[in-house]
Amino acid sequence: MLSRRIRHIFPVVVIVIALLGAALPLNAQGNTLIMARAIDATGIDPHTQTAFASLALLNMIYEPLVITNHNLEISPALAESWEFADDAMTLTFKLREGVKFHDGSDFTADDVIASYTRILDEATGAAARTNYVSIQSMEAPDPYTVIFHLSTPDVPLLTAMTSINAAILPSELIENGDPTTTAIGTGPFKLDSWVPEEVTRLSANPDWWGEGPFVDGVEIRIIPDEASILAALRAGTIDFAMMNDPLVATLLIDDPNIKLARTPALDYHVLQLRAAVEPLDKLEVRQAISCAIDRQEVVDSAALGEGRVTGPLTMPAFALPTSELFCYEKDLEKARELLASVGLQDGFTLPVMVANAEPPTALSEAQSIQAQLAEINIKVEIEPLELSVYVDRWLAADFTACVALNGGRTDPYTMYARYWQYGARFEQVAGYVDDELDSLMKQGQRETDPAKRLEIFHELERQLTEKSPWIWLYAGYKYTAYQPYVKGWEPIANDALYFLYEVSLER
Amino acid sequence: MLRYLVNRIIAFIPTLLGVSILVFLAIRMVPGDQITAMLGTEAGMLTQAQRAALEEYFGLDKPIVEQYFSWLGNALRGNLGYSVRHGEEVTKLILNHFPVTLELAFLSVAIALIIGLPIGIMAAIRHNSLLDLFGRIISMLGLSVPNFLLGTLIIYVLSVVFGILPNSGNYVDFHEDPVLNLQQLIFPAFAMGFSFAASVMRMTRSSMLEVLGDDYVRTARAKGLRERSVVLVHALRNALIPVVTLIGVEIGYLLGGAFIVEQIFSLPGIGRLAVGAISQRNYALIQGVTLFVALNFVVINLVVDVIYAAIDPRISYDRKA
Repeated sequence: MLSRRIRHIFPVVVIVIALLGAALPLNAQGNTLIMARAIDATGIDPHTQTAFASLALLNMIYEPLVITNHNLEISPALAESWEFADDAMTLTFKLREGVKFHDGSDFTADDVIASYTRILDEATGAAARTNYVSIQSMEAPDPYTVIFHLSTPDVPLLTAMTSINAAILPSELIENGDPTTTAIGTGPFKLDSWVPEEVTRLSANPDWWGEGPFVDGVEIRIIPDEASILAALRAGTIDFAMMNDPLVATLLIDDPNIKLARTPALDYHVLQLRAAVEPLDKLEVRQAISCAIDRQEVVDSAALGEGRVTGPLTMPAFALPTSELFCYEKDLEKARELLASVGLQDGFTLPVMVANAEPPTALSEAQSIQAQLAEINIKVEIEPLELSVYVDRWLAADFTACVALNGGRTDPYTMYARYWQYGARFEQVAGYVDDELDSLMKQGQRETDPAKRLEIFHELERQLTEKSPWIWLYAGYKYTAYQPYVKGWEPIANDALYFLYEVSLER
Repeated sequence: MLRYLVNRIIAFIPTLLGVSILVFLAIRMVPGDQITAMLGTEAGMLTQAQRAALEEYFGLDKPIVEQYFSWLGNALRGNLGYSVRHGEEVTKLILNHFPVTLELAFLSVAIALIIGLPIGIMAAIRHNSLLDLFGRIISMLGLSVPNFLLGTLIIYVLSVVFGILPNSGNYVDFHEDPVLNLQQLIFPAFAMGFSFAASVMRMTRSSMLEVLGDDYVRTARAKGLRERSVVLVHALRNALIPVVTLIGVEIGYLLGGAFIVEQIFSLPGIGRLAVGAISQRNYALIQGVTLFVALNFVVINLVVDVIYAAIDPRISYDRKA
């Protein structure tokens, strides 16, 4: 009886085992880089996209006039050289000759003018337009020279121009095509196909003006779960991955078979206070919060130590050492005194808005702050929200405080113009502005002498930490993980996949 | 029977209409739209004119009622709208993603039956034996381990212990490469089918136990039939009715897309399409997918009811006065 039953189950067992056994390793092969990431681009129009995931893809395909190199300096791309007039009112570019678009057409000054005209046209819907509004007119004295005439001195304009939001599109595509569905750039890779949320295929551009790419192409697969990306790396089915969640990426630190590259990010984690709301309108209260928070503890408990404590300026070229910033050393005594000086020694309730899983560490950061502020009797009420709800309320300045991850730039002016001056787009969201901050920002926009600009922004950073409109916490890392046979990859703080042109595969 | 079918199909209309109105309103009441979903806080950098241009592009500029009726009119003609994000008709997107979900659903049901039925039957025959105990432990496990955990564990074991992972964002269709396709689907199907196997096992066991005590089974035994035919022919057929209901409901859910398992195993099915659509506030796609899932559900329910009649001669849908 029993043996008969076993005979019945036997074929089933054999089939299952056969299927399992047939699942042989399917390792990545060939000279195409197989890459994975969790989030896909939201579109392929470089002028309107703002999501990191879109920009990372688009800067493989498109190029701006100038780019940010590995040292975060401005370096030539489609422009070979540039010059600001002394009054910072005109900016002249000498363009690279012999560059071809992916459709074979020649790159000339007309394309530059057509592209910037499109960005400045309100009907395009380019969110980054505000960074370029100082451009009053453009002229092309010859096919390889473009002169920008500005309405106001604007030194940071050049930094803004390194963004892929200022990519140069062929004028033909702008006039007679649709850049939202067709990608024709000058970059090292051509877009072959894009299946949203699944896979993007790119091939090497053989006519690219630079040296490379050394791979035949790149296939970007979307694997929505970062733990699954990790598994794919370990199983060897992908070559390269971009990761966001430090809790997942750090699992690779001790893995001898996978390389993990960490680059300090420019984006900053911050506790945004709104000084427009009581009792945060009192300087002493904001300073007390700043003094009561041990920022390193936030990094340690929320991000497993994966980050560096930072002031408002995250770019190394401008950042002051944190020891020179106000209350970057936890000082409970001082915090209590500050609160007592305005009669709030018994504390108050502070609602803190947090987006679910954006960034992945947000909730833990809020909890760390909650625990620390409890020591000075401030009762933090955490409000976890779905991302869209959070974004809506953030834009409407409908919150008292929030934990945020805000985007960094290589230039302090471009980074903070939207917050710390009168009439700034996010003046209400920032919740605080005064004459000194406004004037420092304006000086920083006009000043062409690098040494003087540095001094201006150092002062801005000191004032921002002392006035504590926000409590800057830390900057995390960008992670890329890859197989040891992926050679030549040097990650960069702004997430650019442009430099994949330097990569080769030595399987 | 025909009359019954026609009546049931007519009853689909209010159900589907209700679903479409609910979903239409619900997704618009949730804060955020495609513009903020795409731009995040950068949406705040747009000028009025820029915002208006984008609203027109995404079709958000018309009043809600007008949006609904133009959508409904198109839907009746089989056009569920256009996904700007994908640059593709919603109908086409759904049809492209559906085969993955369908295959996954049937594989997981198959796995559930292969595991659940035999163990359930044997547990009933050998009531309170070691095998029964084993079956009960398995079913407790199956019911209490959520499929995302099981899925993650499977991925971990495959990649770390065995160094293989058939799914890594490179899904292939069955007709392209049947072997690879099955390799890619068998593990997620197991992750989904395991808890279902547990319910099948429990249901089979308890209804078998009930049926085995019935008079007609005793009569069958008294006639001198072999135990094998008593169990498999006489008892099982009756015991299967509740199991069929269970399968019907489960397939209805499974065809709605395995939201979490498709996400973990990165399979391009309906579930993943829906998750993406929701996070991007892709109204046309959310509406299309929900309507499609609701349609699946009512159709499957109807099929289950028809199957009842086939299994159980006592059930008939023909009204005889």
